[in-house]
Amino acid sequence: MSSYDLSEDTGRSGRRRATAGRVVPRRRDNTTISPQEAPNRRNTELALLLFAVLLPVLAYANVGLAMDSKLPAGMLGYGLGMGALALVAHLLVRRFAPYADPLMLPIATLLNGLGVVMIWRLDKAGKLLSGNFPAAQNQLMWSGLGIAGFIAVMVFLKDHRVLQRYTYISMVVALVLLAAPAFFPARAEDFGAKIWIRVGSFSIQPGEFAKIILTVFFAGYLMVKRDALALASRRFMGLYLPRGRDLGPIVVIWLLSLLILIFENDLGTSFLFFGLFVVMLYVATERTSWILFGLLMSVGGAVLVASTASHVKIRINAWLDPMAAFAPKPPPGATEQIGQSLMALGSGGVTGSGLGQGRSWLINFAAKSDFILGSFGEELGLTGMMAIFLLYGLLIQRGLRTAIAARDPFGKLFAVGLASAMALQVFVVAGGVTGLIPLTGMTMPFLAQGGSSVVANWALVAILLKISDSARRPGVEPTPATEGPGGPAR
Amino acid sequence: MNKPIRRVSIFCLVLILALMVRTNWVQGVQAESWATDKNNKRQLYDRYAHPRGNIIASGQPVTKSDFVNGLRFKYQRSWVDGPMWAPVTGYATQFQSVGLEALEDGILSGSDDRLFFRNTLDMLTGEPKRGGDVVTTINAKVQKAAWDAMGNKKGAAVAIDPKTGAILAMVSTPSFDPGSFSGFDGASTKAWNDLNADPNKPLLNRALKETYPPGSTFKLVTATAAFENGMFQGVDDATTTPEPYILPGTTTQLKNESPDERCENATVKSGMDQSCNTVFAKIGADLGKEKMRAQAEKFGFNSTIDIPVRSEKSVFPDSKSLDGTAQDSIGQHDTRATPLQMAMVSAAICNNGSLMQPYLVDQERSASLTTISKHTEKQFSQAMSPSTAQKMQDLMVSVVENGTGKTARIPGVQVGGKTGTAQHGEDNAGLPFAWFTSWAKGADGQSVAVAVVVEDGSQNRDGISGGRLAAPIAKAVMQAALGK
Repeated sequence: MSSYDLSEDTGRSGRRRATAGRVVPRRRDNTTISPQEAPNRRNTELALLLFAVLLPVLAYANVGLAMDSKLPAGMLGYGLGMGALALVAHLLVRRFAPYADPLMLPIATLLNGLGVVMIWRLDKAGKLLSGNFPAAQNQLMWSGLGIAGFIAVMVFLKDHRVLQRYTYISMVVALVLLAAPAFFPARAEDFGAKIWIRVGSFSIQPGEFAKIILTVFFAGYLMVKRDALALASRRFMGLYLPRGRDLGPIVVIWLLSLLILIFENDLGTSFLFFGLFVVMLYVATERTSWILFGLLMSVGGAVLVASTASHVKIRINAWLDPMAAFAPKPPPGATEQIGQSLMALGSGGVTGSGLGQGRSWLINFAAKSDFILGSFGEELGLTGMMAIFLLYGLLIQRGLRTAIAARDPFGKLFAVGLASAMALQVFVVAGGVTGLIPLTGMTMPFLAQGGSSVVANWALVAILLKISDSARRPGVEPTPATEGPGGPAR
Repeated sequence: MNKPIRRVSIFCLVLILALMVRTNWVQGVQAESWATDKNNKRQLYDRYAHPRGNIIASGQPVTKSDFVNGLRFKYQRSWVDGPMWAPVTGYATQFQSVGLEALEDGILSGSDDRLFFRNTLDMLTGEPKRGGDVVTTINAKVQKAAWDAMGNKKGAAVAIDPKTGAILAMVSTPSFDPGSFSGFDGASTKAWNDLNADPNKPLLNRALKETYPPGSTFKLVTATAAFENGMFQGVDDATTTPEPYILPGTTTQLKNESPDERCENATVKSGMDQSCNTVFAKIGADLGKEKMRAQAEKFGFNSTIDIPVRSEKSVFPDSKSLDGTAQDSIGQHDTRATPLQMAMVSAAICNNGSLMQPYLVDQERSASLTTISKHTEKQFSQAMSPSTAQKMQDLMVSVVENGTGKTARIPGVQVGGKTGTAQHGEDNAGLPFAWFTSWAKGADGQSVAVAVVVEDGSQNRDGISGGRLAAPIAKAVMQAALGK
């Protein structure tokens, strides 16, 4: 940590060389992946995809047999549909990102497929689940749209570094997306959280897209400013303290997070963005002091908001005593959700009740969105939960691995940002559902019901695949992207 | 930048690990307590997810488990003839659980540990889970006779097999159909609320849970105490009963029911035939509180009796004064008895003094009809010597042959009984309770002991007497039990 060597940075030297031209002999850098020897692994991906499609189809059959004692009618269609979508995605990866990581697409497909099955199963609970509208069809449609988005990224995003040129535009877009929901009235059933933009019956959750767009901004901004942030610092008590003016951006982001929290009641998004920024700042500068600052500021912010905003206080109280809502006189604003989720998990036990045989509809209307993990926990048990966490862990680690392998600093920062955003989101959602931390109200990537979430996460995976493709591609240097206003030089 | 990225990966792994540890804690360590939390409705739904076992009388189930295939509840409890069987079965509903349905819930729902092996076997062989059955001692014919005989009178009737203690019938009126509130819909809630609001208290199991002043039927206990303590040698021994009899330590004259009764210095038998208050009040006073209490307790007074449903405690009080004991000895004042208790008095007399522990459950068995437990008969107490029992039988037969209990006579069957007309209320202002307790012995060695109480039997208090209201009911029950 103490020694910072600029020459260690492969991306920087890579760009310099790339301006010279075409195929250059690559030097072996200190990344863990050696591109020259890496086979492209597309067949591995195909084999894994087969499982990723087959498993949800079997789960689908399982639900049908458990609830109706017969195979569901739509089983073949569902299997073929998912299979076709996955196959198209795979073929396009073969064509446009042949050296991409082989694990990410199958994991995303599997989680998405399982999510659809669980949503379908809860649709079948009918009136038991209050406010239950059939959602599996929609989720399937959104999954198709998500994969279409994935394909679009595959085909049209020739090089992830193109995005670097939109650093400041991204900032503006992200800010608009984040601020927009505050101007739309919250519905009664949103429980005060203003995280949707609604036009008629159509609604999107801009926070999910802002996650990616903001990562573009962070990566672009930090790539430019990281030297200033890292080197122009004073040493104080063994820590490198940044100069006052370099503190500016982190304070701005901090304030922004607090504003989201205060005006949109959205604890999760606020935590996600601030955490994401601190992580990326740390990676860009290698300064532990940023982590310290980040922690201090988030604790300070949390205390500040918790002591003033009632809805945050309610959430913390609900976390400390989830069963208080069941008392004859529940505290104001109390919700049974966390208690119901814990009872669902506990009733599931180690092996679970089996798909279609649990009663997670007791969690009420959020059983297939924010609390879908509670539904999985009851029906698949601890065993299934561990498998799901391992899948997320793998997906995140493959993303971070991509960051390590990436050859340019923008790609590294971008990949770290996307992967850790997913890690933070998974932690915040699953932590809330299992009672580890206060509930924040975000969706579980891929599993949970919600179009915005599915589309955004498919795009996220597509970008990671593109970065990993360019990182693992042997010999050929990626086309430079920062060549001037005319776009990438060909 | 790779070093911080590696650290970030470790951090992300720690986040996932934290989730895994937490989930292991919730689903592994804490699982049981969340699964059985009182707010976890899954337990309730589970109970109705498979057919509940039945309560059996005379080989036939009196309960049913209807497949209703509701969204939450798959099965619902119903009864073959709810009002008649309600005191026997009790009920286990969302509102309250009482009686056998509550006490035998483990067997009926199939969750009893003794069913664990069979349940596991069923699970492995793919058999659907079913609860076990509870076989009662009730004789459906006797139960029906008692129910029909009670008609729309308010009260209770209990019949016991004196030789074993098996309860043959247990009826309480007015009654209710527990099936009317065993569901989970609005109709059930309404039915439950209506039953609770009913001033006639239909939910009360009067046979076990209500205590009444036993009135003159308690004179059986007093006479037993007199013989057991050697006060008289035979039923024709004369008592020393003054006329009028002034309650000891007071100036109050104790009256007999009708002025023409010849109670002055009557024999024990004629005192019993005429149900002389003065005769037995004086015997009680002469014996004293301690001897009377000792005898009453041998019959089961002053303790709860679990059959296994718990009956209310019948009371022979610890009276402060001798005049109180005198009145207690004729079943007035503070003496209280359940119908079950008075049936036990007759049963002990009928069974030559040996009082058998009354019981309602003969067998518990699994869904595959294997017996899990079977009742073994046991003596509750030796309530009196066989010779005293013989004298008491003579007295009771005489009551039916010559005295107040003529309405209970059954041709060709030896019947012994005792009437009671118990005053109650402030200054005895309430309509009296009509009592009759009796036993009958058939020619084939069969026997039965019965107690019947009728509340508010008539608007007119002169129309109320144990002989007129309660004895015919007891007669019908005895006839059914002996097949006459």
